[in-house]
Amino acid sequence: MSTPDVFLVLSAFLACAVEMVEALTIVLAAGLARGWRSSLAGLAAATVALAVAVAALGPALTVVPLQALRLVVGALLLVFGLQWLRKAILRASGYRALHDEDAIFASQLEEARAAAGVERAGLDWYGFTLSFKGVLLEGLEVVFIVLTFGSAQGSIPLAVAGAAAALVLVAAVGVAVRAPLARVPENALKFAVGSLLTTFGTFWAAEGAGAHWPGADASLLGVLGFVAASSASLVWLLRRRRLALRVAEAGS
Amino acid sequence: MRLLRRFGRFWWEFVVGDDWLVAAVVGLAIGATAALAAASVTAWWLLPLAVLLVLWLSLQRAIRSTD
Repeated sequence: MSTPDVFLVLSAFLACAVEMVEALTIVLAAGLARGWRSSLAGLAAATVALAVAVAALGPALTVVPLQALRLVVGALLLVFGLQWLRKAILRASGYRALHDEDAIFASQLEEARAAAGVERAGLDWYGFTLSFKGVLLEGLEVVFIVLTFGSAQGSIPLAVAGAAAALVLVAAVGVAVRAPLARVPENALKFAVGSLLTTFGTFWAAEGAGAHWPGADASLLGVLGFVAASSASLVWLLRRRRLALRVAEAGS
Repeated sequence: MRLLRRFGRFWWEFVVGDDWLVAAVVGLAIGATAALAAASVTAWWLLPLAVLLVLWLSLQRAIRSTD
């Protein structure tokens, strides 16, 4: 397996893991508050909708010329990756609260318990739609990453394999513990995914625009190192600035 | 009409996200890379620098908005 292939599987795996942890929280809240039948039906319906999206869009993307595909996919991945990195840096430097799956789970559980019950097709409609929407929205980003990564790298099956491995892992742990996966180091995962998306986005967008990387595919490692080092430096700088502000406020 | 607007907003939020500046700078940087490459000038360095710049600018904007 080449370096880009390893990055491809890793990116799909990590991105899927992060999104599935969030989806699991919603499915658990819907299941515990409104009944498992409706929650699992919502999960199944959203999974089918996502599979249809992959089946419909996957083959269509493979007929787009590679340079045009890499330009568009690179630009989109770059914007996506920078958004993930931005959030991860703000959280790591203390400017934003860390994602708290336990707190989110508690508030969703309370909301779901308070909602009125309406039955449609033998299902509790609130539980079904809560689970369906949660899985569909979290899953759309995964579908986007899997399809764009896979098609631009020329191997959608490899990207699907990475995402499927994450799905199986998160689902297995979720069934075993039946609680939100609060111990997953979500911000560290977001950092990793943001760095990988930004790296691939930078690499493909530049290639799609007609630039040539020194060392071809091997330069991916250099870009990843640059993105990771830049992000770590920004966290360090912002932490220092926040600390200096606190000290100044305490002194005044 | 309302449905169309909601559909458009969903895609705007999905693709552009929290800060439009990121998408704008990425678009400009890719355009500049294409222009340099078309003029046979080495252009691979431009996007990594744009990444660093836009990340810094976007973080500053986010911090200012929380103050």
